[in-house]
Amino acid sequence: MRLSIPGLGLLAGLLCLATPPAMADGWNLFDGGKLLATGGVSQVEGAGGGGIANWALITGYGTRDGVGLNVHYTAVLLPDYALQSPGISVGLWDRLELSYAWQAFDTQNTGAQLGLGAGYAFHQNIFGAKLKLVGDAVYDQDDWLPQISVGLQHKENDRGAVIAAVGGKGSVGTDYYVSASKLFLAESLLVNATLRETKANQFGILGFGGDKHDDYSSQFEGSAAYLFSKRFAVGAELRTKPSNLSIAHEGAAWDLFAAYFFSKNLSLTAAYADLGNIVIHNGQRGAYLSLQAGL
Amino acid sequence: MKGIGMKNALRIVSIGLLLSAAPAFAENSLYDEMGGKTGMDHLVDASVDRYLADPRIKDIFDESNIDRIRAELKDQFCMVAEGPCEYKGHDMTAAHRGLHLTNANFNALVEDLQLAMDAQGISFPVQNRFLARLAPMQHLVVSK
Repeated sequence: MRLSIPGLGLLAGLLCLATPPAMADGWNLFDGGKLLATGGVSQVEGAGGGGIANWALITGYGTRDGVGLNVHYTAVLLPDYALQSPGISVGLWDRLELSYAWQAFDTQNTGAQLGLGAGYAFHQNIFGAKLKLVGDAVYDQDDWLPQISVGLQHKENDRGAVIAAVGGKGSVGTDYYVSASKLFLAESLLVNATLRETKANQFGILGFGGDKHDDYSSQFEGSAAYLFSKRFAVGAELRTKPSNLSIAHEGAAWDLFAAYFFSKNLSLTAAYADLGNIVIHNGQRGAYLSLQAGL
Repeated sequence: MKGIGMKNALRIVSIGLLLSAAPAFAENSLYDEMGGKTGMDHLVDASVDRYLADPRIKDIFDESNIDRIRAELKDQFCMVAEGPCEYKGHDMTAAHRGLHLTNANFNALVEDLQLAMDAQGISFPVQNRFLARLAPMQHLVVSK
């Protein structure tokens, strides 16, 4: 795996920015007041969530009186490809989340097989916003209503010509979603479900829309996590995706993950992920690793 | 007519005995799993000690009668865990009125309680069953 210098540079820069500023006495902007793990980790597109699946929870540890900020670095190491993604996200008053992630998808030797050149990479900027509408996943233990949020992820891919050559219809796309999260605290179980309207091929890495299908379709992503302790959760995720391109059938992705929260400032997520077929290669199963640091 | 026969009669009696004994095998109450009266009282004292030492929340108790808080919490925790107690203290909204408690304050109380439960060896699943009953009080306690 090639290390991405812009990515690491961005992460280092953001970590420097993340040094707490001087606080006014008695009022702490970065209040870090949420309970451990309830800020989630950073999902693959940068939003607060799990790994490949989104959550309705607002990222970070700011309560409704504060702000939470975090940076993350995610790597997905597959047999024939590698994805790296640094990102930053902010949770404002436990109500609004704004996120940015940069993805680099390295085609490694597959690039040569496809005539693009070995190590050819697709890049995406992903800008996200999420708004909490109703419910509180943690406190509302006496209510069946989950926490519900709506959001969008706007994606800009830099490889329009290649995307067009494989049958993709655009290099820019926006996903819209509604997410529901519920903590069944007495059972130590967190459940998440998201309905996503999307045209993205392989999360947008192969563009948006295709020769086979060029409309939005409704896709599902869900996850369940069992809490073994305050710090440690294990679970599974599933995410369906549209199959818009005639060059290859795109199927659902799933993973089994474990997340460890060292503190509210640092967490590590590791997963065994199955992304299925990606263009000419089947069986893209490998390791998903994500480190998140925040305030 | 030989009636139901000895073997069958024994079967019925054994089933009857099993059924009548069943409550003894039922899951222990949360109160028992948290150590009964001794355990719950100790938990309250240990938690309050942590509250008073926690820089995030200790000021909240400046004007409080700590002994009364301990006594009322003991009744309340016992009742929440379905122990043989009745909480006769102030209602939650009234008890916290004017304190202007934030979510961060509430969560600090939870975190200290979790540490006290850890120290007492209460298992994480049992802790969560208890916390699930306390969590909705956020709506009554947090006023800011």
